[in-house]
Amino acid sequence: MIEKEIGEISFRLMDPETVREMSAIRVVVPDIYDDAGYPIEGGLMDLKMGVVNPGLRCKTCGGRKDTCPGHFGHIELVRPVIHVGFGRKIYDLLRTTCSECGKITLTEEKVKEIEKEPEKGIYQFRKIRNKAKKREKCPHCEAEQKKIEFIKPTSYRENGQRLRPNEIRERLERIPEEHLEPLNISKENKPEWMILTVLPVPPATTRPSITLESGDRSEDDLTHKLIDLLRINQRLADNLSAGAPQPIIEDLWDLLQYHVTTFMNNSTTGIPAAKHRSGKSLQTLFERIKGKEGRIKGNLTGKRVNFSGRSVISPDPSISIGEVGMPLEMAEELTVPMKVTKKNIEKAKEYIENEEHPKANYVKRPTGEKIKITEFNKEELIEELEPGYTVERQLKDGDPVIFNRQPSLHRQSMMAHRAKIMPGKTIRINDGIAIPYNADFDGDEMNVHIPQTTEAQVEADNLLRVSENLLSPKDGEILAGHQDYVTGLAVMTTKGTKFTKKETLRLLKKAGINKLPGDKDKKEYTGREIISELIPNSIDMEGKSNLSEEKVKIEDGQIKTGTLDENTFGPGGKLTREIADEEGVEEARRFIDRIGRVTVEALMMKGHTITMKDYELDEKINKERKKIIKKKEDEAKKDIKAYKEGRLEPYPGKTEKETLEAKVREKMSEINSELKDLVYRSFDPKNPGVIMTKSGARGDWKNLVQMSSALGQAAVEGKRLEKGYKGRILPHQKRETLSPQDRGFIPNSFLEGLTPIQLFQNAMDGRDSEIDKGLNTRDSGYLYKRAANALIDLKVEQDKTVRSASNQIIQFNYGEDKIHPQNTRGEVGIDIKKIKNKVLKEKK
Amino acid sequence: MDKETLLNHELVPKHEILSEKDAKKILEKYGITKKELPKIKTNDPVIKAIDAEEGDVIEITRDSPTAGKTKYYRVVIPA
Ligand SMILES: [Mg+2]
Ligand SMILES: [Zn+2]
Ligand SMILES: [Zn+2]
Repeated sequence: MIEKEIGEISFRLMDPETVREMSAIRVVVPDIYDDAGYPIEGGLMDLKMGVVNPGLRCKTCGGRKDTCPGHFGHIELVRPVIHVGFGRKIYDLLRTTCSECGKITLTEEKVKEIEKEPEKGIYQFRKIRNKAKKREKCPHCEAEQKKIEFIKPTSYRENGQRLRPNEIRERLERIPEEHLEPLNISKENKPEWMILTVLPVPPATTRPSITLESGDRSEDDLTHKLIDLLRINQRLADNLSAGAPQPIIEDLWDLLQYHVTTFMNNSTTGIPAAKHRSGKSLQTLFERIKGKEGRIKGNLTGKRVNFSGRSVISPDPSISIGEVGMPLEMAEELTVPMKVTKKNIEKAKEYIENEEHPKANYVKRPTGEKIKITEFNKEELIEELEPGYTVERQLKDGDPVIFNRQPSLHRQSMMAHRAKIMPGKTIRINDGIAIPYNADFDGDEMNVHIPQTTEAQVEADNLLRVSENLLSPKDGEILAGHQDYVTGLAVMTTKGTKFTKKETLRLLKKAGINKLPGDKDKKEYTGREIISELIPNSIDMEGKSNLSEEKVKIEDGQIKTGTLDENTFGPGGKLTREIADEEGVEEARRFIDRIGRVTVEALMMKGHTITMKDYELDEKINKERKKIIKKKEDEAKKDIKAYKEGRLEPYPGKTEKETLEAKVREKMSEINSELKDLVYRSFDPKNPGVIMTKSGARGDWKNLVQMSSALGQAAVEGKRLEKGYKGRILPHQKRETLSPQDRGFIPNSFLEGLTPIQLFQNAMDGRDSEIDKGLNTRDSGYLYKRAANALIDLKVEQDKTVRSASNQIIQFNYGEDKIHPQNTRGEVGIDIKKIKNKVLKEKK
Repeated sequence: MDKETLLNHELVPKHEILSEKDAKKILEKYGITKKELPKIKTNDPVIKAIDAEEGDVIEITRDSPTAGKTKYYRVVIPA
């Protein structure tokens, strides 16, 4: 490959001579085709500007439709016009320089002085401009400076008098070359080029006409615009030579300016957009480039791709987290190319022969010709097939596919799964792998991409495989498994959970185990015994448990004590991580799969559901709850009274009002935490809601408290409610009471129901947090995108240096310690003690 | 700030000018030219304090939360 380095790219104004030089033709006729449908000479599709119709030859390069790159033309404007892109700059120049001699209206000393200051470029120019525009007299030629006005986008007035582009051009021509630098214009430019006297006409290839089905030709928006522009240009020329009165000339001139402006930018503010007869705005140069659908974001940065599919996702715990259920309909459309060799030719023929699913859709000859397989040409193709051909066969079980959910924020947003063809129209995934994708099943859609070369298939399967991505590259924590699996594990491993022999066999069968745990035949088995069958024997570990007093203790793969929960399984789970360490990620993946199937089955056996009754407080507890709320409310009221009487001691650096608010909020959040303790104390640990909360499967104590005890303080913008009516939130309240309940403290639970006022207060809180969520995701998303774009080309090389795409060294030792955080264990980094123990154990 | 205070400040890591020979070794080790090295300007206070000149390669020894100590190299460029 030839490598060339771009030294620099410089942008500058294009001068009229260059425009004429690069032009293949001067366009004069405001028309396209003659009656015979042949491009008119000197018209907008003149063959000198390139060919878009098959069969014709370019008159400039001799090329045909696909070989001629297209060539610029030009239009000589009868009168000069302003270039919209420079409206503001022209205004600045007019204000900064003398209308007579063209010099900056500051003394040379003054300019030198400003040049010495640290601000350079545009900032320096702004300083000069701001000083110069106030001058009423030119210090060089003593000429009086009149006030210039800018009427966006392209008009200027001087003391109320219209300044015409030709006059402006003359003024800009007078600016001496040595004054350009302080005006922030580089040497290769001349300011008068900001006024157009000649307009480049884009090549025909950039604005091809399309032939509709009806046979009519439809022209590009740019061509339409250029026709209008040429017409006005011609009319202006005619009127000028006929010596038409000034007002008519002026009107036509303005019209020419309008067309040139909208030719470049049809979304210029201040002038109406040029429209089609249908009322749709024309898409001119600016609109082609700008925005999401524009050339940059729409065609260069992002493209549509073939061999991809998209559908709604739904959960299926029976497939592996490393698989993806592909709808049959999709699999029939998506193909994998298969290079025919001596070895696989029979298999290839079989695919062509097949009437149903895994069959071949296309055969590609070595010449590159692609033939669709039909009932009729099938036999012929089989006859013809020989090594060197390519057969495009349908996607089948086991093919690696790349699976993705947007927004693709991290590596795990795109992982390779093995396809599993299934009936139905949705894409199926195991919900144990939903977390890294941040997917749920409320209508989420996801994309699949089918790698098309052997290299791509192997690469996807090795680097993007789900099991390779189970450990977070951030800190090496496990990412997969959650919710029902955690609940199920917690239920199963709670002390005293037992299963009959029959149930045990059924559960273990789900994990592919066909024999009972232990040697002896028992009547009943504990959940711990069953789960222990799934844990590899090499596992020795100790860990926390939220659900049991005892720690989780696993010896030789047998659970000795403790109830398993989020600490052991699911995102951040230590047991899964341990298995990944000891037995490899593939085994960890298998563990998650099996745990998923077994726990879901167990939950279905035992049943796990919640009901309103689960959240009812018994009489005694309810009394206690009321006491807690009353006590804190009274304390808050005391503070409010003190505040009203001016006795409240303000916190340092806070006003009395702020102090009161802080104190009351403190009291209210104390209610929350005391109610939490109360709920945890009073609820049966077997309460399904409590199991889910404590095990970390779903929900938190706040949900429990809000359902059973009290909603707590409603807040907007982090403060107690204060907006609404004067001195109160709703017209049904007394003014200025400041009392907890009037300011949004809700002592009722969801179970009890809310009063109308409480409902509004809760709605205020709800709306605020919804808005907040929206703003936060937007802001953090943009911040993330900027960070990701800045780092996108950085790469850790073999020598562990971090380098940019241009081989610049960013860091000499990756992370300074050359250690990939994926291989570390949280705060411990690398657990040397554990490695040592393991080695010693192996020695014995 | 005077030279001594600056160089002994706890937030300023150790900067040393590498000899021509050592600099060459570093470039060879990473298979690069000075162009690919990170840069530091001649008007940087430390560069002034250690009297480094344009083109010098500076070895910076920093404390590192992950590796204890770490070395970094920069080439001096005009301000
Ligand atoms: Mg969703
Ligand atoms: Zn051509
Ligand atoms: Zn003057």
